[in-house]
Amino acid sequence: MRVLGIETSCDETGLGIYDTAHGLMAHALFSQVEIHQPYGGVVPELASRDHVRRILPLIKKVMAESGSSCDDLGGIAYTAGPGLVGALLVGAAVGSSLAMTWDVPALGVHHMEGHLLAPMLEASPPRFPFLALLVSGGHTLLVAVQGVGRYQILGESIDDAAGEAFDKTAKMLGLTYPGGPALAKLAEQGDAQRFHFPRPMTTRPGLDFSFSGLKTFARTTWAEHAPDEQSKADIARAFEDAVIDTLAIKCKRAMKQSGLKDLVIAGGVSANRALRGRLQSLVDKEGGRLFCPRAEFCTDNGAMIAYAGWCRMLHEGKKQTAFAVQARWSIESLQPV
Amino acid sequence: MKILAIETSTEACSAALFIGDECHTRFELAPRQHTSIILSQIKLLLADAGLNFKQLDAVAFGCGPGAFTGLRIATGVTQGIAYGADLPVIPVSSLAALAQGAFRCHQVESMLVAQDARMSEVYWACYQIKDKKASLIGEESLGKPTAIQPYFDCAWAGVGSGWCEYQAVMLAQVATPEQGCFTELYPVAQDIAYLAKSYYLRGEVCLAEAAAPTYLRNQIVQNR
Ligand SMILES: Nc1ncnc2c1ncn2[C@@H]1O[C@H](COP(=O)(O)OP(=O)(O)OP(=O)(O)O)[C@@H](O)[C@H]1O
Ligand SMILES: [Mg+2]
Repeated sequence: MRVLGIETSCDETGLGIYDTAHGLMAHALFSQVEIHQPYGGVVPELASRDHVRRILPLIKKVMAESGSSCDDLGGIAYTAGPGLVGALLVGAAVGSSLAMTWDVPALGVHHMEGHLLAPMLEASPPRFPFLALLVSGGHTLLVAVQGVGRYQILGESIDDAAGEAFDKTAKMLGLTYPGGPALAKLAEQGDAQRFHFPRPMTTRPGLDFSFSGLKTFARTTWAEHAPDEQSKADIARAFEDAVIDTLAIKCKRAMKQSGLKDLVIAGGVSANRALRGRLQSLVDKEGGRLFCPRAEFCTDNGAMIAYAGWCRMLHEGKKQTAFAVQARWSIESLQPV
Repeated sequence: MKILAIETSTEACSAALFIGDECHTRFELAPRQHTSIILSQIKLLLADAGLNFKQLDAVAFGCGPGAFTGLRIATGVTQGIAYGADLPVIPVSSLAALAQGAFRCHQVESMLVAQDARMSEVYWACYQIKDKKASLIGEESLGKPTAIQPYFDCAWAGVGSGWCEYQAVMLAQVATPEQGCFTELYPVAQDIAYLAKSYYLRGEVCLAEAAAPTYLRNQIVQNR
């Protein structure tokens, strides 16, 4: 079966085609970073408007690149949430009406399930069960994964998501949007010994996270020191170390608690090289393995939605005459396949 | 000629199928329910007519101005069908459809159409019926209710929700529509389809990927 996947939950229009026999056949992405840059964050209405402009040319592109015609497609999957409602609706409307026209099933996919399954697109994919750390712009989740749709949230952020903390701290330091990657780059020049940031919620038991205090700590430190480039880099480093250390401590705890040794990381922040390095040594010590998506599939993309849609449509594809999207949607509420 | 038309720019959700001179329609007043209705409206119309998408000549949609989300639902659905069945797209103004509807229901021929645009503004335009079709005079605008201007040298009517929401200021500060106000009308697919037919004959069509809403309101981010 061949599935077209459409991702429009935030500020990237992503398309992908996944096929039982050929695997990932094509993917294409348009990032709106430049549109939102002047505002220092995503402007939902502008995001929705741009998806309308990009979506069809990208669909055409992946159809052509994969050599697919409508007769080859077994279904269309679109991100139905969580995310920005107006943005999600664009993908849902186009995906559903195209599926209706081609007389194939359509399916709304959970964006975080897409992220979670993204490492399955790599040459050596993880095998169920595993532990997943999902770290993105809107989410920080530790999930015990028994299979597709069989998710148990072990821990999550009680305030800012990891990526959000990166972005807000970066903005505070005057780095251009999106700040996460810029902050990580700056941290490479930083002195790890100069500042020490707290590791929130690590001294008491539990697997939840809290990152909003770190952003405040960074602001206070920035205010107390000369606003020179070196201090900026040192703060970036201390911040990044604190986030990574905290994530690693909780991952280790979750591995112990769940008995799961294999770790999957996904979502935008999983592109962070220092985080990958740190978690690699953790799983090495614990006798497990680490699985990450390739860099371009860490952040939002259509390939992961095509794949997640394919997994589900093998079992539950239905022709639809309605579509729906949700801003909020718990990954735990998904049905197992 | 077979044209499928949809209109979702207001609380009303409708689809129409124009076959020759016959128009079949589906209409529902369904605030925030367009996504659960529009596709089945389309499907039922085609099924009743025994047609498939490939047998259509074009897809028309109410391109606004109107509620942004509704406009994107119409645009997205239209894009999917037009690309999927390789059909041209006919964008039709939702204000023109409203004027056409007022002519169809109330026989008025000169209209200042004003739709509530929230934020104390209206989407407005002057339309005149020529050869039984709503034809734009001047341009469509977004502005304060007091900025509307009737470009008519004959008696005219006020059409659209703006004449309900801002009637007092509009009557007091602008002008009184001698032919009265028709505030209870919605732009509907039947009128989109009717206008689309003449646009199609004039070659006023576009490719699926060029189908775009007419927002008029482009000041999205408030100045900070
Ligand atoms: N190298 C990096 N280091 C740290 N953070 C990064 C890095 N690369 C990307 N990010 C962060 O990843 C986030 C974007 O990831 P992603 O696209 O998965 O999030 P999102 O889709 O906006 O949120 P969600 O998936 O929760 O809806 C941003 O916060 C960005 O700063
Ligand atoms: Mg994401």
